[in-house]
Amino acid sequence: MNVHITGGRLVDPASGLDAVTDVFVAGAEVAAIGEAPAGFHAERTIDARGLIVCPGLVDVAARLREPGFEYRATLESEAAAAAAGGVTSLACPPDTDPPLDEPGLVEMLKYRARSLNLVQVYPIGALTRALQGAKLTEMSELADAGCVAFSQGDAPLPDPQVLLRSMQYAATVGYPVWLRPQENTLAGGGVAHDGEVATRLGLQAIPAIAETMAVSIILLLARETGARVHLCRLSSAASVDMVREAKSLGLAVSCDISVNHLHLTDIDIGDFESACHLIPPLRSRRDLEALRNGLADGTIDAICSDHTPVDEDAKQLPFAEAAAGATGLELLLPLTLKWASEAGIPLVDALASLTSAPARLLGIPAGRVETGMRADLCVFDPALHWRVEPSALRSQGHNTPFAGYELEGKVLYTLVGGHIVYE
Amino acid sequence: MPFPDTEKLLDALIDSIRGNIKPDTGIIGIHTGGVWVAERLHASLGIDVPMGTIDIAFYRDDYSQRGLHDSVKPSDIPFDVNDRDIILVDDVLYTGRTVRAAMNELFDYGRPGCVMLAALVDRGGRQLPIEPRFVGAQVSVSDDELVSLQREDDGALHLSTKPRPSASDQS
Amino acid sequence: MSRNPQLDGSGRLTHLLSIEGLPRDVLVNILDTAQSFVSVTERDIKKVPLLRGKSVFNLFFEPSTRTRTTFEIAAKRLSADVINLNVGVSSQSKGETLLDTVANLSAMHADMFVVRHSQSGAPNLIARHVGENIHVINAGDGRHAHPTQALLDMFTIRHYKQDFSGLRVAIVGDILHSRVARSQIHALTTLGVAEVRVIAPATLLPAAVDRLGVRVFTDMVEGLTDADVVIMLRLQNERMNGELLPSAQEYFKNYGLNPEKLAHADSQAIVMHPGPMNRGVEIDSSVADGSQSVILPQVTFGIAVRMAVMSMLAGQS
Repeated sequence: MNVHITGGRLVDPASGLDAVTDVFVAGAEVAAIGEAPAGFHAERTIDARGLIVCPGLVDVAARLREPGFEYRATLESEAAAAAAGGVTSLACPPDTDPPLDEPGLVEMLKYRARSLNLVQVYPIGALTRALQGAKLTEMSELADAGCVAFSQGDAPLPDPQVLLRSMQYAATVGYPVWLRPQENTLAGGGVAHDGEVATRLGLQAIPAIAETMAVSIILLLARETGARVHLCRLSSAASVDMVREAKSLGLAVSCDISVNHLHLTDIDIGDFESACHLIPPLRSRRDLEALRNGLADGTIDAICSDHTPVDEDAKQLPFAEAAAGATGLELLLPLTLKWASEAGIPLVDALASLTSAPARLLGIPAGRVETGMRADLCVFDPALHWRVEPSALRSQGHNTPFAGYELEGKVLYTLVGGHIVYE
Repeated sequence: MPFPDTEKLLDALIDSIRGNIKPDTGIIGIHTGGVWVAERLHASLGIDVPMGTIDIAFYRDDYSQRGLHDSVKPSDIPFDVNDRDIILVDDVLYTGRTVRAAMNELFDYGRPGCVMLAALVDRGGRQLPIEPRFVGAQVSVSDDELVSLQREDDGALHLSTKPRPSASDQS
Repeated sequence: MSRNPQLDGSGRLTHLLSIEGLPRDVLVNILDTAQSFVSVTERDIKKVPLLRGKSVFNLFFEPSTRTRTTFEIAAKRLSADVINLNVGVSSQSKGETLLDTVANLSAMHADMFVVRHSQSGAPNLIARHVGENIHVINAGDGRHAHPTQALLDMFTIRHYKQDFSGLRVAIVGDILHSRVARSQIHALTTLGVAEVRVIAPATLLPAAVDRLGVRVFTDMVEGLTDADVVIMLRLQNERMNGELLPSAQEYFKNYGLNPEKLAHADSQAIVMHPGPMNRGVEIDSSVADGSQSVILPQVTFGIAVRMAVMSMLAGQS
């Protein structure tokens, strides 16, 4: 279909373009920017005056809950949520049931996603078999099936020896290792940041050093093996400092944070609000400021939603017993815009952390608006006020700590491969 | 209607009780105004048995509507109630519900020989079949007014009226 | 966090979930009301009709005979009907959720739930989901709070010391795992004592505990010096197996209360213990049974305090 998006402010962080101009889509690709191509007849025109046109968002962590957790969410509902959130490409962690350690499972997932055609799904494969942290997976086969990286998801990190070998192997195959840094014995059973809030509420605590020790081990092993390493969902100030230092020494390391940690601290747990039971835990104000600064100075490469739909029953339990996680695909953009406006970050830089940067991390052809590339686009109204109503979310997971928040910025149109998948 | 002088009412009350007490009669005042009156009676009548006090907070009939009163004082009856003549003392007798609650509580302490009610003033308006044996005076007050007893720093007592607040009151 | 979960729309106490969040005058009011109930417990007919016709459900997900019994006695002295549910044995093991259990019981016209649970925040969750005229009392949740225990401890202190303002109070033991300690700390600071001290080895101290308004000591003699009130906490068996502490003997050597250590406290200091005691582990028998111990009176006051709390909560419309 030929689509003419007219009068919008096109912001493309990859090229640095920020101008009011038209975008022309023909079939699955961007046909032109600015002037209509010869002989172009629009079958559909989108009036984007007053709106922002940007690359479709690239979310490096969104759980689709298939296979295995269909009572929590399905590909249908979560892909629709992605479309509603302007997310056109996403990477899903391997901690499904069974985990993504078999090429057949990866192929099935990709096939299902392709047939829905609502969002591009890039699975992250299991680093070890069954995520048990003992034996290597067939990373080469998994990569052929479509995996873009290898990870343990939220399953425990392997011990240093297995970690070393899996990094060596991944480096051989040429793919990065994505790891959520948490030292298991220090974290053991904890559910909240080890600080004043956990002490007051009597919650078992996870000290920040559980994260920083793991960051330290991972960085040392990365230097040792030459593997490309990506640290997932940092939560503490000290971790940011360590990554900053590692980058300055030229290490091939990258990292992301969840959009939840951009706004919330452990104080938001309040009266044992289980919507705030997250992995990693919400930490202190000081940590939050350090994460924001890390984004601003480029130490942190990308923001993700860490979308984790959880069924209502699993949240209506005492805090420690409640399943961890928050739904987030539909909140990723407005929450990022909220941070940008609070921190005085230019729009093009804020959008980079949602488009060009995550695309580069995943090594995928996405996150940019360019003639000849797939037309994955997001059109949003930056000034539209709306209230977060959990029951109105497309995702099957209504578990969000932002329920009732007044947000600014809403997706109005999402295009994937030239098709309008949301409006 | 102007109020009779409170001290004169006390004298009248004391006089009316004087010939009607036995050596082992016990006096029990109902918190808070009834206790003040009972103290005067106890002193002037020269009663040997130490004075008792009752706080009816735990026996009121309006607990479900209004909850526990803010300031609950302990009840204290320092003598054996069984078979004894008791004079129950309240400051203002109105609906009779306070006295009903006080009697219920009193009977949880034992079985009195008899219970006589002494009130400084009776303003009528009874909602229960309760009558005083000894009264300072009967007064007539409109329904939208409350009658209450105050105690000065020097111990002097005086009655006064004030408009009733919105919620219903019990006396 | 918007409104106080323990107060209803008009600002009245409708649940007792924790000491934290309760203003000073509410605590004092509870203590004053408890004083009146003490005189009830001392006379022959120990009952008053306040809660007649009301049903109190003891919902104990964590077993406890002592606490459950005192709540049962307190409720019966208020003329309430009491139903005891040891839920660990029944529906929870069949997979019924916490909220389903509560919903079923509410449908049986429960007026009040007394809840003990191994998870912090369980009573708070229940309170959020019960109907308007149903009240929840926390009888101990995980490590979070044990408000009625703290209240009876405060009542005991007031009974023996009258004025809170000049007191130095020391709490000794496993602060990290103790809901009693947390509630006591909040009560003591709210009531305005001069100083609250916690005394424990580093492995038994929670993070940032000083931010609760306490002075932290790892040396017991130093911490007890001139203390007016010494509260000993029970050390549970599973803590002494070598993971947090090497042994009971070593714990008693450094943190057990014996006459020699007690001598460093004020000569008129009172010794308290929420019970049950581990003689020879946290407290020497001679001290537990000695002249400065007020451990037995604590138990009596516990009934009056619980009667006060129940009657203050239940009288709403």
